[in-house]
Amino acid sequence: MSISRRRFLLGAAVVGGGLLLGYASTRPSRQSIANRDYAEDGQTFLTTWLRIDPDNIVTVIVPHSEMGQGVLTSLPMMAADELDADWANVRVEQAPATDLFANGVLVKGFAASMGFAAPAFLNRTMDFVTLKAAEIMNMQITGGSSSVRFTGEMGMRAAGAAAREMLVKAAAQAWDVPASEIATRNSRVYHEASNRSLSYGELASAAAQFEPSRSPVLKRPDQFTLMGTSVPRVDIPAKVDGTAQFGIDAMPEGMLYAAVTTSPVFGGQLQSVGNKDAALQQRGVVRIVELSDAVAVVADNYWRANKALALLQPVFSSTDADNRSSTDIFADFDAALDNGERFEDVVVGDAGQALASTADVITANYRVPFLAHAAMEPMNCTVLFREGRCEVWTGTQDNLGIRGRVATVADLDENSVTVHPFYLGGGFGRRLPMSTNTIDQATLIAQQFDVPVQTLWSREEDTRQDYYRPAVSSRFRAGFDSSGNLVAWENAYIGKNEPVEAAHIAYSIPNQKIDYVESPTHVPFGAWRSVAHSQHTFFLESFTDELAWKQQQDPLQFRLSMLANKPRHARVLREAADKAGWSTPAPAGRARGIALQESFGSIVAEVAEVSLTDDGRVRVEKVTCAIDCGRVVHPDNAASQVESGIIYGLTAAMYGQISIEQGRVKESNFHDYEMLRLSESPEIQVVLLESEGASIGGLGEPATPPISAAVSNALYALTGQRVRELPLKNYRFLPPPVERGAVDA
Amino acid sequence: MIELQINGETRQLDIEPEMPLLWALRNELGLTGTKFGCGIAACGACTVHVNGQAIRSCVTPVSAVQNTQITTIEGLSAGGLTPVQQAWIQHQIPQCGYCQSGMIMAVSALLESNPNPDEQAVANSISNVCRCGTYPRISKAIAGLIANRTDTPFVDATAEASV
Ligand code: FES
Ligand code: FES
Repeated sequence: MSISRRRFLLGAAVVGGGLLLGYASTRPSRQSIANRDYAEDGQTFLTTWLRIDPDNIVTVIVPHSEMGQGVLTSLPMMAADELDADWANVRVEQAPATDLFANGVLVKGFAASMGFAAPAFLNRTMDFVTLKAAEIMNMQITGGSSSVRFTGEMGMRAAGAAAREMLVKAAAQAWDVPASEIATRNSRVYHEASNRSLSYGELASAAAQFEPSRSPVLKRPDQFTLMGTSVPRVDIPAKVDGTAQFGIDAMPEGMLYAAVTTSPVFGGQLQSVGNKDAALQQRGVVRIVELSDAVAVVADNYWRANKALALLQPVFSSTDADNRSSTDIFADFDAALDNGERFEDVVVGDAGQALASTADVITANYRVPFLAHAAMEPMNCTVLFREGRCEVWTGTQDNLGIRGRVATVADLDENSVTVHPFYLGGGFGRRLPMSTNTIDQATLIAQQFDVPVQTLWSREEDTRQDYYRPAVSSRFRAGFDSSGNLVAWENAYIGKNEPVEAAHIAYSIPNQKIDYVESPTHVPFGAWRSVAHSQHTFFLESFTDELAWKQQQDPLQFRLSMLANKPRHARVLREAADKAGWSTPAPAGRARGIALQESFGSIVAEVAEVSLTDDGRVRVEKVTCAIDCGRVVHPDNAASQVESGIIYGLTAAMYGQISIEQGRVKESNFHDYEMLRLSESPEIQVVLLESEGASIGGLGEPATPPISAAVSNALYALTGQRVRELPLKNYRFLPPPVERGAVDA
Repeated sequence: MIELQINGETRQLDIEPEMPLLWALRNELGLTGTKFGCGIAACGACTVHVNGQAIRSCVTPVSAVQNTQITTIEGLSAGGLTPVQQAWIQHQIPQCGYCQSGMIMAVSALLESNPNPDEQAVANSISNVCRCGTYPRISKAIAGLIANRTDTPFVDATAEASV
């Protein structure tokens, strides 16, 4: 996709006596598969909208999904700040996912969906389209920690600033005074010299006559009034009184419920279904639906559907993977790393030669298992087919992508499909449009009815039919020169995934060779909070720690010594270490470990302080996290995203394990796919750092990757036992510390 | 016929006695504030109050809760936000929010029955899962609620009075 096609569009119109301002960007999806399957001509569109009504209410329409990351608050704040809007009179709406595709229909469809006449639409090329923007746009669904840093920075702020300029122009014209004499605050325009003022609402329709600026002047950080403050999140009140509506809560008139069993071995096909009569005789059961790889019972109550489903005896075809286990998969990984074709990831200097000339080569092999997402809200999707049209009720990270997917599966025109957005009971990558098995099933099942059908997965189905975080094996070799400098770093790992830089290192090491080997499995995989960073940061930062101990160097100082050219990284490390009390000994029975990673534009260091329980299990007492995300829009929400990312990563480190046995997932529910709970939750301290001039980094994901290494490194400091495979639940650790510094490869 | 007292109202339901309360609430009565998370009493998303006590409605057949006062998240705040709900706003706890009905019901019942739970008591009774990791804030909110306790009840006063 060429840069020129990633254009920005900006238009204004008078609607209902007010001003409607739109901003859009082309939006190539995160993975090429999404583009191929869901985007027309390789592009889809996101819009941000600002509406000022005559009653002086400013409405910001947010084109991202709220899945707990606070996007319904942070994005409107950015627009409102540039607009100098009165926050008390700002309303927030989630963009409907209808008629948003494609250039021409973009505004028309959107305005129509809000009950307005179609405004004239002006194509503009924003001057601040830079290569950086294009790069960020490669991750532009609700994911990639991208909402604030891209939609917010490039879209919301621009829209707010452009609208403000138009309002000022309108006032200048009305009062016949120079625009430079006009000030704005709290949704009003002031001419102090003549003591006159008008509300934005009064000026809105006059303002709409002007063209929005191609390059509106954005505020300097010292002029911000909302950005940088922690206004209460707009979605929280509904989430404490039970009124927040998630996809599972959709209840269109006459809805039926579908419970599903999918082939437990991925790829198996449904061959026959036994005991149908018994199931059909159950109270409330309406129909049994057979799909190519699944069987569903549709009933008037989910419990009844599920109960009847349990009576069925589906038979699935055998597959090549029927006898595959995690052990086989890891054996394949080893064979591939031994003999498979190597693909180059990074080459700096000559690592092979450097290793050949070092006396002591340090080697280590790491691996991590598959992981499920386990969002709290089990996967579900409600679909209605009626009179050639289709309506969809679901919580998704990409409403437009889902619309496209349903249209494809149902063989309908996209314009015949309406998606009703809902809150997501957790996303974490599971509710991205490339992970569509639930959506496909819900569509195919509902196609057989003329009433809405909610397809709802049991937790067991949710755990066993996920798009998993891939299992990865990773091997390292490293060598020091005679003066103790780390001169060679060699790494080979399984499976190149996104983001491409996940296995790259921040440290300056003169000779690096990083390769990958492909070893596909039959297990479906998808994006999992922080994507490939979550595996690789465990590997990279654990092995770096091994090297520090090998050299009998302090793990913090060892890292700092290789970060002379990375002042932001060094600052983040120092800041986390300082706040964690790194220079003072940990309390008796405890030890600390540190880890660092940059991801999604943010640099994060975490210090974990751990102890052991009486039965030798790890207890994480405290986590200190410093994050440089360039600039902080909403400090409290930023901290809460970081806390969340840490707990998500810590749960994976301690418990996360999806095992394959006989081709299928062994774990099924929270009793065997365990979750961290309140009693094990560490105290978390978050230090938010800003870097002047740096672009905004993500917050939803970057705190997840470092925690597993920070905890493992702390365990090594405490026990001398090096963890090279997760999860930690599979270990019993022995106090007191054995001899440290030994690397038992 | 199954007769249930839910949020102060009597509801007659023509349902099987073994139907879990969760599905009676959600699918039969449209009270969707109570959430489905696991179906095996392992996550707490479905927590409601029965006579002021927290129970997991996904494994509680309706036959077992006839002649009791059942309170759901919708009924908890019928008379205005409770201290727990206010603390949840003050500490900006919910993220995705899906677990929070259950969390709030579990914490409310705990604090009502035990005015000053220690860390262990909190850990034992609040075993609800939050995949968004709001635990650190929940801990702070609970500590604040214990420290600043007032006479305002934590659970629906009518439901408790009738026990
Ligand atoms: S749904 Fe009842 S405890 Fe999980
Ligand atoms: S807030 Fe999302 S699961 Fe708790």
